[in-house]
Amino acid sequence: MEPLLQSPAAFDVFGIPTVIFSVLIPVVAVALFAYIIAKRLAPIVKARPDYRFDRPVERVKNILKIWLAQWRHPRYMMAGVLHIIIFFGFLILSVRSTELVIKGISEGFVFPGLNTFLGDIYYTLKDYAATAVFFAVVIAAVRRGIFKPERYQYTEAYPHDHTWEALLVLFFIAALMVSESLFEACHVAAQIQAGIQPDFLAPATLGWFFKNLLVDESHAMLQNLHIIAYYTHDIVFFTFLCFLPLGKHFHVITSIFNVFFMRLDKGNIRPVRYGVSEDQLDDLESFGVKKYEDFTWKDVLDFYTCADCGRCADNCPANTVGRPLSPRFISLKARDYAFSHYPLMGEFVSGGALIGDIFSEDEIWSCTTCGACEEECPLGIEYINKIVDLRRGMVDEGNVPQSLQKPLQSLEKRGNPYGMMEKKRADWTKELEDVEVKVLEKGETAETLYFVDSCTSYDDRMQSVAQANARILCAAGIDFGILGKAEKDSGNEIRRFGEEMLFQDIKAHNTEAIQNSGVKRIVTGDPHAYNVLKNEYTGLPPVEHISQVILQAVKSGKIKLSGVTEEEKDKVFVYHDPCYLGRHNKMYEEPRSSIDCIPGIRRVDMLRSRDRSFCCGGGGLMLFYEPTEDERMGVRRVKMAQQAGAHVIVTACPFCLTNIEDGIKVAGLEGKMEAIDLGELIAKHIIK
Amino acid sequence: MEILVCVKRVPDTAENEIEINSEGNDIERDDLVYSVNEWDNYAVEEAIQIVDKVGGSVTVATVGDEESEEVLRREMAMGAQNGLLLTDDAFEGADGKGIASILTAAVKKGNYDLILTGAQADDGAAEVGGMMAAMLDVPYASLVNTIEVQDGKLKIGREVEGGNQDMYEVEMPCVLSIQTGINEPRYVGIRGIRKVASVEIPEQGASDLGIDASNVGGDAAKVKRIDYFVPEMGEGAEMLEGSTEEIIEKLVEYLKAKGGLK
Repeated sequence: MEPLLQSPAAFDVFGIPTVIFSVLIPVVAVALFAYIIAKRLAPIVKARPDYRFDRPVERVKNILKIWLAQWRHPRYMMAGVLHIIIFFGFLILSVRSTELVIKGISEGFVFPGLNTFLGDIYYTLKDYAATAVFFAVVIAAVRRGIFKPERYQYTEAYPHDHTWEALLVLFFIAALMVSESLFEACHVAAQIQAGIQPDFLAPATLGWFFKNLLVDESHAMLQNLHIIAYYTHDIVFFTFLCFLPLGKHFHVITSIFNVFFMRLDKGNIRPVRYGVSEDQLDDLESFGVKKYEDFTWKDVLDFYTCADCGRCADNCPANTVGRPLSPRFISLKARDYAFSHYPLMGEFVSGGALIGDIFSEDEIWSCTTCGACEEECPLGIEYINKIVDLRRGMVDEGNVPQSLQKPLQSLEKRGNPYGMMEKKRADWTKELEDVEVKVLEKGETAETLYFVDSCTSYDDRMQSVAQANARILCAAGIDFGILGKAEKDSGNEIRRFGEEMLFQDIKAHNTEAIQNSGVKRIVTGDPHAYNVLKNEYTGLPPVEHISQVILQAVKSGKIKLSGVTEEEKDKVFVYHDPCYLGRHNKMYEEPRSSIDCIPGIRRVDMLRSRDRSFCCGGGGLMLFYEPTEDERMGVRRVKMAQQAGAHVIVTACPFCLTNIEDGIKVAGLEGKMEAIDLGELIAKHIIK
Repeated sequence: MEILVCVKRVPDTAENEIEINSEGNDIERDDLVYSVNEWDNYAVEEAIQIVDKVGGSVTVATVGDEESEEVLRREMAMGAQNGLLLTDDAFEGADGKGIASILTAAVKKGNYDLILTGAQADDGAAEVGGMMAAMLDVPYASLVNTIEVQDGKLKIGREVEGGNQDMYEVEMPCVLSIQTGINEPRYVGIRGIRKVASVEIPEQGASDLGIDASNVGGDAAKVKRIDYFVPEMGEGAEMLEGSTEEIIEKLVEYLKAKGGLK
């Protein structure tokens, strides 16, 4: 029987069989694609090592959750849902598209299994998928082209507008959906015209719509459209494939790898060099990232993978307050650098220093390492490690802002950034009349070490936090002591500001002091200390944050809390998540539950809370850095608390308290709002 | 260009609480931490930048005991090629002229085109640079805040009271005392110090320098410290007390009363 319509495998144009194109287009495109990918691999091959093949089970879990289930996408509901539709559409239609390519050569080709009932399910599913993708793409294009959400904007910091690229790709996808549906619709329309049982086209799909449109068209028209649709699909499909590695849509290919290799642990910084132990650090010629080839291969993969979605920048506190940093532009600039220095055609060129060329010093020092960008990125791109490595490079070159040099030198000489005398580290205990705090020296022992850290030890305001925490430990019946002058700064920020060797020295000193004290556990009220002791020191007893101690003591009945005071009863409390307690250590509930243990307290949450908490401005050395910014992060945060209807901001970090109290003053909200540390609040309510 | 930078180890005022000892003739030196005199860091940075531009080498020298070696290492970690520790028991108690004599002797043993000092030291009298220039019979400029190397000469800028700027041309060799703000001294990390930890630093005493010890030490000092104390809080200074609002209110009141606010 004569076929209703000649297939692309059997058709000819001016005597030339189109099957030639069906073969030629994929062969040329796949060769070109392989060439481009080989070129793109060059900077990855030349990059530094990165250990990312461990813990495969967790990595596969990440693939299932973050890549396949698109876990982070609905955090931005509209864009997220559109992406999920397009993503699953791609997955579903990849089979159909491949089938189509082969059908152009071998007319009757069907993937094994799809000629059974599975095929009936699949073809119906893909019809709806194509239709859904088509509409998602139209909405996305309207959003991108007309409504232009703010987070896609390009600024002076990165003046290369990529909107055209987004729109072009949306056009490619729409063209694929339309051509695929049209190809099939022509066939079904011809079947109807011939009066034979037509193939099933799911109702209300693109194909179904085109079929209804075409059913009265001439046979020749259907035949031509059938062929045109096929080759439109074929050409767009392979153009799109080769276009992917040229820009932000590279993520279509790289995302699965990037998510597999993404960081598994939080709260830590990668070693100076993978494969070089801490004892061997002195032998290294250079520290940190100075030139592009100093990045690890995962860094380069990150740069390739950035989809320019702006979620990181939208959540970045530095970007929000107008500091010269946007995580998204870090990736884009670094990708542009790779593309221009490792071009598709021509010689590879090794460039010079990155700082001053594509990154500015202020850009790199602006980061508070709060981790909001990494928490948000749906592709598992990392920033903190890169920022720290760039800082390591600058520190190695002596290129450190003057404002940070003094505190760093004081840390080296006195073990605290303020340059205060070691012997005054325990001075906060002098005014503490109701509690005796043991100093664990000269044979004095205790079960628990209260690690105070520099800010809480020396800062006039924060000493009251130390005193409150001591009262809590005492009330909870815990046998505790402090290290006194033997304690040095925990070093969380020393490491994050790139002064690795100073961190190593201070870590070794503290580790020895803690081990010598013979304590069985460590408690701290400073999340930065908590983070670094827990995640970056080794050989220490378990570390707890004071909020865990509070909650345990209240639950076990060791501490009883009085109800809200007359003064507190009309006030609304809000808890601000410190980055190093929340995002970096996932401790969101303990502090909240601790507050809620106070009978009668009214507590709300800010819109940006828990893993979306907004950094107060950073701790440790960040307090000394003088950034260029439009507004302080602390001020911004205080305004968020005000919007939530709060009068009292409770936090659980001395740096947050410093920044928020400053923020209240700068915002002119003194008298209307106040800030208090969790420890202070609880200590006030302990029934003796 | 061969540059010698004279540096000094001083108790860091930012990192110490300076208290007078019980005899009242010096400060309490237990628990003190020392560092390079701040001005000297600027002088060394400037020397390194000059050598980076025109070639040559930077030598840092200090007069002091074994402990002063630490400041030389720190400056070498910044990028100075050579260190020179001028040490001798006979140097103990030297006054400004004594120190200038010792450094002058060291300069004469070398072949330096330019000698830099800090404008002053935290615990000093801003006198050594000028004295050295006189002893060496070379030009001297103090409080220098820009240096431009020209053909065999230097074009230098000096800060003048009131924020004005003087520009001069100076023949080399010469001595310049360097003001802070001339540059941004680079950071010296632990890693940098460790890199130079094992570099040999030559030591020279009175005999090496060919100077008569009796002319430079404590006995020869014609300027002697006779007292040391924290001045009493003067009259006329009043600490405003109360809440922030109250303090501001009082301040505004005072300013209005004295004609500072109209």
